[in-house]
Amino acid sequence: MSQPAVMLTEVSMVFEAAGGFVHALDDISLEVHDGEFLSLIGPSGCGKSTMLRLIGDLLEPTAGTVTVKGKPARQARLDRDYGMVFQTSTLLEWRRVAANVELPLEIMGVDAAARAARAAEMLRLVQLDGFGNHYPWQLSGGMQQRVSIARALAFQPSILLMDEPFGALDEMTRERMQMELLRIQRQTGTTIVFVTHSIPEAAFLSDRVAVMSPRPGRITEVIDIELPKPRIFETREDPRFFAAVTEVRESLRAIEGAP
Amino acid sequence: MTTRWRRALPAFGVFVGFIALWEGVVRLFDIKGFILPAPLAILRAFPEAWPEVWPAAIGTFLSALAGLAVGTALAVVAAVGAARWPMVRAGAMPLAITANSTPIIVLAPVANAWFGLLSPWSTIVVVAVLVFFPVMINLVRGLLSANLSELELMASYAAGRRTTLWKLQLPGALPYMFSALKVASALSLIGAIVKEYFGGSQARLGQYITLKAGNFQFEEVWTAILLASAFGIGLYLLITLMERTFMGWHVSVRAANV
Repeated sequence: MSQPAVMLTEVSMVFEAAGGFVHALDDISLEVHDGEFLSLIGPSGCGKSTMLRLIGDLLEPTAGTVTVKGKPARQARLDRDYGMVFQTSTLLEWRRVAANVELPLEIMGVDAAARAARAAEMLRLVQLDGFGNHYPWQLSGGMQQRVSIARALAFQPSILLMDEPFGALDEMTRERMQMELLRIQRQTGTTIVFVTHSIPEAAFLSDRVAVMSPRPGRITEVIDIELPKPRIFETREDPRFFAAVTEVRESLRAIEGAP
Repeated sequence: MTTRWRRALPAFGVFVGFIALWEGVVRLFDIKGFILPAPLAILRAFPEAWPEVWPAAIGTFLSALAGLAVGTALAVVAAVGAARWPMVRAGAMPLAITANSTPIIVLAPVANAWFGLLSPWSTIVVVAVLVFFPVMINLVRGLLSANLSELELMASYAAGRRTTLWKLQLPGALPYMFSALKVASALSLIGAIVKEYFGGSQARLGQYITLKAGNFQFEEVWTAILLASAFGIGLYLLITLMERTFMGWHVSVRAANV
């Protein structure tokens, strides 16, 4: 097996907050394989977004090590090994759509012609060709999120970190976006770490689902999703899909100690 | 274009009505010229007053503009520093906010003692100090308005502080900057004229107004008042034009253009 894309070893995270300490993550060890789609799921406040930020070196762990592509997370960030997609599209409102997609390339010093070509290619990938000259406010929420995916992929990072990217979308848009994301992953071979609190979403998208406990967040179980690929519209009606959803749900229920 | 003119019609009507009402009231009640001259009387005073009042207005306007430029430039530097270093911010912001709540125009009579009666710098410095605080405070607020996700996005690109400032924080602060400039442009003319009331070159609006009022030449006083307000409006329009040019994307400008 090739080198893991992401490796967390005995990672703990404690925040200093007003009036004391918050133990966000406790003794997390996890490997994300190259080319894999891994979801982090758990109740809100379980530290799944924090974990994503540790992988991206946007936060530093209190204890343990985070390795991305065999390098310390800091080095991986400086090498621009990953792209990040947030819950809100975080497009810069003064930039047109194409200019937003070009932003990372601009920062990396790519010349204008190559930037424009790349932005056009990325907008085609997320099926927004022809929208390059629009401003973000002229697009719907789903389209804006597609632009932010195009932006994250513009510099061809091998890893995509996604923090509840479809959380703010309506159900129908959300399902369409899930299909598109899987198509994009097939086309690009990107490794994806995906934070969600939707059980069906995790089951539909993932190769594996890491189930987390409430604070302090621990990984209680990693579930293999044995659904055939590529996942298609009919996958959602497959009994094996319902079985996977049930397995994730049961796992979450077990840790919450719900009746 | 035609809809634009049609939208301007009510404002134009009110303006004309206001002038007519002013003229009518002055005539009807036979108001004395030293209390309020009629618009037509002021208009008649213009040709004779012009050779004196126009250079005075230009001189005052240029001082105000220079003060506005100096004060704004210093405020931008200070704001970038305050946004960059929390220590600077913690130290400087309370002082800036206090100073902004102080009627700094009280400096006017003192400024002549600092730089000499005839030096243009005494006006420029008063205006610059007056303009500095509102611009700085608003710009700091604007620079710090970038939200956490946006800052994380820049960090994920391994963007340095300078890149983050140029690509994220400064464009994001433009709406704050233009609001501040609109306030500051009005302050700059007020500052310049009030400072000139306390002495300085005769060829300035403040001195012109003091002198003519002392001689009971109130039509001439009003020519100066009208020129001052014309320059104020011009400055405001210039800033609005810049705002539309550099900030067409912003919701405030979008709404204005609909």
